[in-house]
Amino acid sequence: MLVSSASTVLFFAIIAVVVVLAPGSDVVAERFFSPSHLWQSLVGSEGEPSVLEAFLLNVKIFTISEVFILILALIIAVVRGMPGPVFFPFRLVAVAYTDLFRGVPLILVLYMIGFGVPGLGLGFISYLPDVTYGVISLVLVYSAYVAEVYRAGIESVHESQNAAARSLGLTRWQSMRFVVLPQAIRRVIPPLLNDFIGLQKDTALVSVLGSIEAARAAQIYGASEFNYASYVVAALLFVLITIPLARLTDRLIARDKRRREAGALA
Amino acid sequence: MRERVVLIGLFFAVLLLVGCGGPSAESGPTDKCELDNPPLFEKGVLTVATDKPAYAPWFKGSPKDYSGYEGDIASEIAERMDLPIKWTVEPFNKSYAPGAKDFDFDINEITITPKREKVVDFSDGYFDNTQGVLVMKDNPAASAKSVSDLKDFTIGAQVGTTALDFVNEKVKPTEDPKVYETTNDAKSALESGQIDVFVTDLVTTVYLRDFVIDGSTVIGQYPRNEQFGMLFEQGNPLVGCVNEVLGEMKSDGTLEELQKKHLQQYLDVPTLKR
Repeated sequence: MLVSSASTVLFFAIIAVVVVLAPGSDVVAERFFSPSHLWQSLVGSEGEPSVLEAFLLNVKIFTISEVFILILALIIAVVRGMPGPVFFPFRLVAVAYTDLFRGVPLILVLYMIGFGVPGLGLGFISYLPDVTYGVISLVLVYSAYVAEVYRAGIESVHESQNAAARSLGLTRWQSMRFVVLPQAIRRVIPPLLNDFIGLQKDTALVSVLGSIEAARAAQIYGASEFNYASYVVAALLFVLITIPLARLTDRLIARDKRRREAGALA
Repeated sequence: MRERVVLIGLFFAVLLLVGCGGPSAESGPTDKCELDNPPLFEKGVLTVATDKPAYAPWFKGSPKDYSGYEGDIASEIAERMDLPIKWTVEPFNKSYAPGAKDFDFDINEITITPKREKVVDFSDGYFDNTQGVLVMKDNPAASAKSVSDLKDFTIGAQVGTTALDFVNEKVKPTEDPKVYETTNDAKSALESGQIDVFVTDLVTTVYLRDFVIDGSTVIGQYPRNEQFGMLFEQGNPLVGCVNEVLGEMKSDGTLEELQKKHLQQYLDVPTLKR
């Protein structure tokens, strides 16, 4: 206990001393951590956007996107698992979808949809607000990743579960809906939360289509004031929402582990 | 035993660091600059930075040897200081980062503002900038005659430009302006109808109208008492030398000649009313 405390104190003391004694440390402190800039960028002022207000746009984007992602990804995962030769084209589409949208970087999808679709002039679909195109792009890309997560969950449920359900008279769909999926989804809640956390960061990219979200607000402040404190503020806001989710994920993983291992001793 | 060794090691490391202290940052007063021996980033060469891509008519030709308005100004300064010129790339977002710069000055249509002057040094202005308003001809915004007419349209600007300030302060649109990373993105948005109006510096709007976006028109310009300046590290004595040379270029008419050569066709636009 004493050794670990002493070691911790000395370890961080060395890092602190090196940073503080660096010749540029005053300038960096002023340029990144100046309290007045930190506060001003957080709440905004005349002519500067508020990073906090802009952050609400990120929250809006990831909340709406996540709902659609969870649904679309589940559909893709289930379609991919449909057995029988008659369903081959469906499975093919599902596989192609996950390959395509996991392959293309999100920023490219944003450009193609956000600038390409409006450019086509196709009736109402070309005149949606840019945030909508952002949400569409995020949903398309993240559904591909989350579909694979669901698929892993579904395949981890032992086939005997499905067999037992079928032998009780349930149809394929009923077995999937009432027996396999509930177990599968419960198992993959931690990786689903993981992808959700990733989604929250990727909402920053939607700013290329014009709307001012937190990272863009930070950039505007930075260019105007020639100061980087706004970026620190944006980073802190993202971290602040991530920490509760990360701890929640840890707790769910622990609880799931307990549940699964509880049966082993019986 | 091993733990104790590590602990003692850490302890002495701290003592050593605190005892010696680090090198101290010297910041003396801004020294005078001697034209025949100026303080340069790299001796014997004038290192000038700008962003990539560098747009016409500010920059033309190959990145090894830019011409164009700003390209020629920098080359002229280097010539008058009897130095070869070397071009490097500096993204705008990095130009105001703390720490030593790896160029002598940055020339990139950067507007001099009091807030920015607290952080970097600027040369004297070399161009009076006005804001230009670009719209598509078939857009209702094309009939706007004054700044207040633009209020209800969707306006776009590029991040980090004084155009955005102009929009927020003078136009005060009812809908939040759209902010784009690059001029290219804003141009795509204007062409596809995502925005009705694009505001940026006048020269760029006219360039876009004449060479890039078919069916667009510049409905007016709005002066705001802004000047472009060259960006230097704060406290760099070289500013004095460059200002001296720039002053010469102004008084002997070279600057005006360059402006006529590169920019004249872009400045003939009516002024917007308030």
